Amino acid sequence: MRVSLLITCVVDVVAPDVASAAVRVLRAAGCEVTCNLAQTCCGQPAWNAGFADDAARVARATLDALESDLGDGAEAVVVPAGSCATMVRVFWPELFEVAGDHDAAARARLVGERTRELSELLAERAGHLPPLRLGRPVQAALHESCHMLRELRIVDQPGELARRVEGCEVVGWDGSDRCCGFGGTFSVKLPEASVAMADDKLESLAAGAPDADVLVGCDTSCLLHLQSRAEAAGRPVHVRHLAEVLAAGLPEEEAT
Amino acid sequence: MSGHLLPGTTLRQRTADAVADERLRSNVARAVDRFAGHRLTGLAELDDADELRRAARAAKQQVLADLPALLERFADRVLDLGGHVCWAPTAADARRYVVQVVEAAGATRVAKSKSMATEEIDLNPALAAAGAEVVETDLGEWIIQLAGETPSHIIAPALHKDRHQIKDLFVDTVAAPPSLDTEPTELVRFARERLREVFLAAEVGITGANIAVADTGSIVLVTNEGNGRLVTALPRVHVVVLGMERLAADWRQADLLLALLARSATGQRLSSYTSVVTGPRGQGEVDGPDELHVVVLDNGRSDLLAGEHHEMLGCIRCGACLNVCPVYRQTGGHAYGWVYPGPMGAVLTPLLAADQPEAAEVAGASTLCGACMDACPVQIPLQDLLLSLRRAKAADAGGAERAAWRAWSAAWSDPRRYAATTRAATWGRWAADLAGHLPVGRDWATGRTMPRPAGERFRDRWRAGL
Ligand code: SF4
Repeated sequence: MRVSLLITCVVDVVAPDVASAAVRVLRAAGCEVTCNLAQTCCGQPAWNAGFADDAARVARATLDALESDLGDGAEAVVVPAGSCATMVRVFWPELFEVAGDHDAAARARLVGERTRELSELLAERAGHLPPLRLGRPVQAALHESCHMLRELRIVDQPGELARRVEGCEVVGWDGSDRCCGFGGTFSVKLPEASVAMADDKLESLAAGAPDADVLVGCDTSCLLHLQSRAEAAGRPVHVRHLAEVLAAGLPEEEAT
Repeated sequence: MSGHLLPGTTLRQRTADAVADERLRSNVARAVDRFAGHRLTGLAELDDADELRRAARAAKQQVLADLPALLERFADRVLDLGGHVCWAPTAADARRYVVQVVEAAGATRVAKSKSMATEEIDLNPALAAAGAEVVETDLGEWIIQLAGETPSHIIAPALHKDRHQIKDLFVDTVAAPPSLDTEPTELVRFARERLREVFLAAEVGITGANIAVADTGSIVLVTNEGNGRLVTALPRVHVVVLGMERLAADWRQADLLLALLARSATGQRLSSYTSVVTGPRGQGEVDGPDELHVVVLDNGRSDLLAGEHHEMLGCIRCGACLNVCPVYRQTGGHAYGWVYPGPMGAVLTPLLAADQPEAAEVAGASTLCGACMDACPVQIPLQDLLLSLRRAKAADAGGAERAAWRAWSAAWSDPRRYAATTRAATWGRWAADLAGHLPVGRDWATGRTMPRPAGERFRDRWRAGL
């Protein structure tokens, strides 16, 4: 199966290891990965802030890139971020309609139908994955991100995948499904509330999963937010994208 | 025109003040967790809660589509029963009418049961100015009245206070004995004794209405303390302030909404008291008021009904969206600035207080996490409404933020310029230029470290062959 990778801007610039890991795992699951570098960003920050025209302008570049990959034989678009996958699948058609670009809205619908969040696609292809094993066992607490849960309704797949990794013990906790407080521009418009929400999340993590070695999630932006807060508060937490955990479990020859 | 005024501070100041109060945060979190937990248990008893939610949403949409006719029918029934109806286009009209009724009754003591509509029109100060002593008889509402505050939750107005704070308040304001126990039952007993005197003495009782049933001209009041029943039965005159969207066509619809209202609010099958008032005291009846006045409050609702955000009028004021909101959990209700807090308040404030310049930004008090939409018993698309309100605000926005998004979209709509701006060497400078005089970096750094660009982007790796 050929898939087209939507890198997402945050991963591209701040956490490239996440996309590298995603590519390794996708290949191990038997996917041929393409990546069209004409993509930029899905436009979500501007859309959520109310600037639909600017969001549409940016999203159009990414729409063109993804559409071209799908036209060239990719069967699906894969996104290593629940929030950006939601933007493409749920909000793009509306975004382009609001911006008055009905043609792009129609094209976005077709791209959206073929877009999968990474864990969703990997769960479908789990049978193709080689046995996964971590050299050093870890206990992983799973952060459930908002758009994955409540827009895409991807609930079980991240945990199922993480549990396939021998040596990775997955723990849930009370509050794992509560928002981390990032919310795009919310984090800079109401920073005190945003930080209080991150603290609440981190406190619930410490209380509910006190032995966890690593906080694992499917959205780099949430993880970075929590990590930045934890660091500033002097109680650093170790965060990893699910793709990195899976990639770390690949047999040596496939990992390289 | 909105009655109650926003405090003239910014949303950011208010949220910052709220989250700085550790006690408030822990009181609010404890209370909303309890409510949210009860709600889940209450809904779990139903065979198909989602089916019921869909039915309730459809019922509310039908009501809103037929609203003018239903209001006519309701008003006709009330008049037939011997009641009075006042159509109040604005908060000021509603206040004026209620003051007139109180004055005509020669009343000096007014007992109120909890009503967000009367908060919205800022009724109590108007009554006080007319020389009436107004006492809130819902325990939570009485507490905040004594504290000189406004409700911080639409169902539990004083949920931001713990029992120790409440006891101290009773000692300070109503001469409770310092030995008063802080056990909730003791605090309630104390309040009940004090409030009973008020019920017995009041000449006028004022309530809101959870539902008004058009077919029978009935007002339905949902309470857990029984105070609503006393306020409607004992005083000689009963005034109802009814938000004009709170109609049900018939009892079948009312029943559906009641089943979801109590469960969504507190997890109860029905609240402890569900009172129905149909007209003033009739011939041969022993209780009920001599006079019944229903004030049908518009106060911006007709405009709302005609516009793209009309779905918000489906709100049954259950408070479920507050109880699951991660922002509300940290800030409580006062940070929202107006009468209605939480996600429903973030939508209603810009709409119903549109005449106040500080109202529009309240739509920003959400991370759009979607928890509210999942909880709403009438499936109001709160997140979509918030996005639409943000777009309306952005359309009016001038200055720095608009310029920043323009510059961002000009760059990132072009893959080459995206590549140029995200190069490690240029990234920081570009981001700073973009932000212009918006203090984005500083605001992020409020309690957080800066994520560092990785140096090598993924696209560089890909190009180099991965
Ligand atoms: S918006 Fe929905 S959940 Fe919130 S108070 Fe209204 S009815 Fe309840």
